Amino acid sequence: MKVAVCINHVPDTETKIKVSSDGVTIDKTGVNYMLSPYDEVAIEEGLRIKERFKGEVTALSLGGDAHKETLRKALAMGVDKAVLLKDDSVRDSFAVAAGLAAELKSLSPDIVLFGKQSIDYDDAQVGTLVAEMLGMPSAAVVVKMDVQEGKVVCEREIEGGHEVVETKLPAAFLAQKGLNEPRYPSLKGIMAAKNKSIEEKPAAAAEVRVETTALKKPTPKNAGKILGTDKSVVPELIRLLHEEAKVI
Amino acid sequence: MSKVLAFAELRDNKFKKSSFETVKAARGVADKLGAEFAALVIGSGIEGVAMELGNYGAARVVAVDEASLASHSNTAYAKIIAEVAKKEGASLVFLPASQMGKDLAPRVGVKLEAGVACDCVALSVADGDVVGTRPVYAGKGLVDVRVKTAIKVFTLRPNVFTVKPEEGTATVEKASVPLTDADFGSVVKEVKVAEGRPDVTEADIVVSGGRGLKGPEHFHLIEELADVLGGGVGASRAVVDAGWRPHDEQVGQTGKTVSPSMYVACGISGAVQHLAGMSSSKYIVAINKDKDAPIFQVADYGIAGDVFEVLPELTAQLKKTLEK
Repeated sequence: MKVAVCINHVPDTETKIKVSSDGVTIDKTGVNYMLSPYDEVAIEEGLRIKERFKGEVTALSLGGDAHKETLRKALAMGVDKAVLLKDDSVRDSFAVAAGLAAELKSLSPDIVLFGKQSIDYDDAQVGTLVAEMLGMPSAAVVVKMDVQEGKVVCEREIEGGHEVVETKLPAAFLAQKGLNEPRYPSLKGIMAAKNKSIEEKPAAAAEVRVETTALKKPTPKNAGKILGTDKSVVPELIRLLHEEAKVI
Repeated sequence: MSKVLAFAELRDNKFKKSSFETVKAARGVADKLGAEFAALVIGSGIEGVAMELGNYGAARVVAVDEASLASHSNTAYAKIIAEVAKKEGASLVFLPASQMGKDLAPRVGVKLEAGVACDCVALSVADGDVVGTRPVYAGKGLVDVRVKTAIKVFTLRPNVFTVKPEEGTATVEKASVPLTDADFGSVVKEVKVAEGRPDVTEADIVVSGGRGLKGPEHFHLIEELADVLGGGVGASRAVVDAGWRPHDEQVGQTGKTVSPSMYVACGISGAVQHLAGMSSSKYIVAINKDKDAPIFQVADYGIAGDVFEVLPELTAQLKKTLEK
């Protein structure tokens, strides 16, 4: 089984957003980056598929040199190969997907895994775009995967429940938290990752279809009132919810 | 002349509320552009239900009604939407940013050589073009986006574009798109509906618990208040990571983003990741012992008290009030 995992390097969840002077991107000063959390779940799933069926797991990331840090983490977790599709320009989801799809075409994996979304732009598009570009079926927001002969039976989250989806291979899957519990890289894994090389190649050029014209901070909510410190203010709260907020 | 097409999602041959929102908002854009408008429904045995979209601004509904489409298939549905958009000559295609819509829109975009602006929370029309506004970094930021391709696809976040039905009639036209086995690469075999409470992303009221509950055994306090209000149950990342609650209840940056009418945060301090996922709620109530907790900076109404004392009292009194 040949598995590819596409991963992204994103500002960590503690990051407070400041708009940079260009008005469309975040100020990167002091921002720490991490492997996008859902992508970590995708890597883990790839490793489990390999442990069950043998084969090879390749991690791919499209972006600048900083993405090597995230690819290094994938190697430490146990992927066999890491490929950086180098590109420093600002791409939208379509252009990222096109760059990944071009590389995946020559890799021809049986299963391509993604996180359900990157936690920076939250676009939740790249995995499904890649699948469509490669003419593959896909399932998104996957919380359970059972790989069988020529197909995968998986469960994905929908509003108020789960869908059981049968998907013919080769196919792409977008991982949701809960699919597995990602392993911590072992000390041995971390040491081994240091000696593995990251293959670098320029990312295939692609058009940007969605242009960001402004980045803003949402209007901050005005802090309301603290009504009190014990249950004696419950009637007042209920009155406000009924008369002022009109939510009950 | 441009033309606007809106896809309305059916589950069990019933429209999702987000579909009404999408149809109505897309119709609004069509009116501003002076464009024609049609809605699209896909499924099996749907001609009757399709009429309902007349109450949401669709005078014309295209229905692709085939027995083979009774079970959802993202590959087949995407092909149908793209083919109908081409036949109709649509230059703008709208879908709800529901789990189904988010799964279809990228495929539709590739098929139509279109860019997709996903999860929009606002739309504006300027110079004959549509600008979408969408949250990034789980709502810590908002971006304005323009789609540069000839055909443009937008998905709209549920629960944001509010609608009320207004009596109207729709003409339903049947259309068919030839499909082969190859179009059904991915097919839904079964839908497992979670029993009981509404999903946090769809609930009008969400009651969430955090570490202040001190243990999973105390979450019945959250559930009881949610049930009195007919709301959904949410949780902070801390308690999901601790295994007290399932992943699908997590609200925040690596969980669900919610925007209910009322969000009740109980024993949640309000880490930046949590605030990102819920601060667009219309009204926020916070109950937390620590009066300096960041949750009070976004709360409309706060009680800086013991959640074990306040919560049962609130539940009991609300129950009495609502029974009246």
